[in-house]
Amino acid sequence: MTSPAAGAIDCDVHAALPGTHVLLPYLDDYWREHVVMRGLDHDNLNTSNYPPGAPISGRPDWRPAKGDPGSDLGLLRKQALDGFGTRFAILNVIHGAQIMFSEDLSAALCRAINDWIAAEWLDRDPRLRASIVVPIHSPELAAQEIERKAEDRRFVQVLMLAMAEMPLGRRANWPIYRAAQRHDLPIGIHAGSAYRHPPTSIGWPSYLLEDYVAQSAGFATTLSSLVAEGVFVEFPSLRVVLLESGVTWLPAYLWRLNKTWRGIRAEVPWLDRAPADYIREHVRLTIQPFDQPPEQRQLERIIEQIGSDEMLLFSTDYPHWHFDGTDAIPDGMPAHLMRKLLVDNPLKTYSRLSKEPVR
Amino acid sequence: MARHVVATLDEIAPGTCKIVTVAGREIGIFNVASQFYGLINRCPHGGAPLCRGRIHGRMEAAAPGQYRLTRPGEMLRCPWHGWEFDIRTGQSWCDPDNVRVRSYAVSVEPGETLAKGPFVADTVSVTVDQHYIVVDL
Repeated sequence: MTSPAAGAIDCDVHAALPGTHVLLPYLDDYWREHVVMRGLDHDNLNTSNYPPGAPISGRPDWRPAKGDPGSDLGLLRKQALDGFGTRFAILNVIHGAQIMFSEDLSAALCRAINDWIAAEWLDRDPRLRASIVVPIHSPELAAQEIERKAEDRRFVQVLMLAMAEMPLGRRANWPIYRAAQRHDLPIGIHAGSAYRHPPTSIGWPSYLLEDYVAQSAGFATTLSSLVAEGVFVEFPSLRVVLLESGVTWLPAYLWRLNKTWRGIRAEVPWLDRAPADYIREHVRLTIQPFDQPPEQRQLERIIEQIGSDEMLLFSTDYPHWHFDGTDAIPDGMPAHLMRKLLVDNPLKTYSRLSKEPVR
Repeated sequence: MARHVVATLDEIAPGTCKIVTVAGREIGIFNVASQFYGLINRCPHGGAPLCRGRIHGRMEAAAPGQYRLTRPGEMLRCPWHGWEFDIRTGQSWCDPDNVRVRSYAVSVEPGETLAKGPFVADTVSVTVDQHYIVVDL
């Protein structure tokens, strides 16, 4: 049977480092010495967002015999690329390097990850693309890294996390958006927290269930920050992709945002349209996981309520597991949306995919 | 259309509003820098007594942080939900094409002209030596 996703663009696939030691050849002398001296090469520096052993971090049949889910190129190629018949897959590395307290170590490890992913993954399969990993708490160094990697057009996005040290819309972060816009790179915001603050707004939760479910609230708050601070006014061609957000929380959030804005819009006078209009224009969402309603007709209704057929992007979220079965596309996705979801919307969002990559 | 005399000119100072009842309708008469405007006292959103809302300037920004206060005293903020309306046109700020308040033409006439009629003056007695605010309805 042909995969319904044949020829599609998978906008969220996770490659994982087998361990920090793989970065040693990609670090300069100073940072190699630093990492070895501190013994960081023996640590995998996974973040608490995806504890490797947790069910959510790897679907059972997508786990390699050894190592973390997503760390085996052969398996990823077979399962994510051949398995779904995808034309391109965008690799998003989630790693402690992005969120370290030391800005310089964070930047050094991010540079190494980007060079590693280019050499060990992108060079080995022409279907692979990647997001530029940046030290998200150092906008200046993050912007430098975007400048350094942007010429390799196989990097199609800049990767951030939904919950960082400060809300993503704040002006301190704007050097990142300025660099991203200059190079026509969307900002991919992945589920996850830097854990500088509790991942919920009410305090530290006890269980992964609470933490993971709270991610969609984190995304909503992040969107409010981007809109209210005027990021889309300042950077009118910037695109933002919410990766692994759950999707179906969106309509009620947009209603609430618009309603409240109507009453207190004077606080944010740079918004000359309703906030949802900015979101529909600038923001895209990958469809795994898709917090699906129980009945198909309810799904159609939600799509209608989202109010745009350009916002959703196909993704498998390989190798993460959302307990959705083997189909990456939710049952009941309207037929007229399929081509847009699988191909047209990703191509429009990631304009670099349409051009032959130049290194 | 009838012409209704609703107030003497000196009754409504610049920056204020007088709510009058004309043909069973409550209408707010606004003095914006000595120009007069009439809006129905009913918010098109939720039916609030709109003309009791706060009068303010228009807060704008061409870019984040570039604040500008324009058109002082020309905006009206609904007391219930805070929606803003342009006193001169009745248009809402949030959805100017679809949400607007019914507005009425208001003019200032000398008593001398009015005395020639026809006009309706339910509550105001017209004398020739004063100026009056007149609503067309």
